[in-house]
Amino acid sequence: MASNAAVPFWRAAGMTYITYSNICANLVRNCLKEPFKGEALNREKVHFSISKWADGKPEKPILRSDTPGV
Amino acid sequence: MFRQASRLVSRSITAKSATNRAFSTEVPSTIDSSFVEAWKKVAPNMDPPQTPSSFMKPRPSTASSIPTKLTVNFVLPYASELSGKEVDMVIIPATTGQMGVLPGHVPTIAELKPGIMSVHEGTDIKKYFVSSGFAFLHANSVADIIAVEAVPLENIDASQVQKGLAEFTQKLASATTDLEKAEAQIGVEVHSAMNAALSG
Repeated sequence: MASNAAVPFWRAAGMTYITYSNICANLVRNCLKEPFKGEALNREKVHFSISKWADGKPEKPILRSDTPGV
Repeated sequence: MFRQASRLVSRSITAKSATNRAFSTEVPSTIDSSFVEAWKKVAPNMDPPQTPSSFMKPRPSTASSIPTKLTVNFVLPYASELSGKEVDMVIIPATTGQMGVLPGHVPTIAELKPGIMSVHEGTDIKKYFVSSGFAFLHANSVADIIAVEAVPLENIDASQVQKGLAEFTQKLASATTDLEKAEAQIGVEVHSAMNAALSG
């Protein structure tokens, strides 16, 4: 059941609540004093490797990282 | 040769009990005895199942008189900022406006907007800036507040806020698509909220 209530502007632009709240959180983190800023930004870093499987064997993994040189 | 044996044996036992966590089946059973007896008849070789109430303490029931203190649980994805803390009042930045929560508040779920959340404890006031989240106010004077990011107000850098506010105001003026406009709008709102929090 779709609601006819007014939707927030970010929802009208096609954003989800998760996107919205993550943008808000990121902006707050960027306005922190050091050393809290570094700590907060480091905590949010993500890295993972993906490898596709072909003929029952994994192909070369692709590394996705927020930390350069890892 | 075995002079030290008794000491070593007792040490290994104490060390083990301190570091090893109990298996879930080792939690003392809290289910009622008639069920346990019936279970033992049907499945004598199996332990009775564990229920959620054997892992989690049930919430206190709603008292008939309003308690003097409000119990606050304030959690972030990476930390438990306040856990079962008894305070006098919290003021939360709901989307509908600043909302003061006292013991005995009507049960509500409130969406939070970027703003100040203050925790009042006697004369002590602790202020946090929360980015967004939800507050669940229960009938038994327990408030669960969940935020994506919350920082003590004194950790915010005023010069960064000014810079960000100017940047996003300019971005809002030059935005072309709806999505860009919304992103700039969020930027302006978050930074103005921080600005207001720091100056007010």
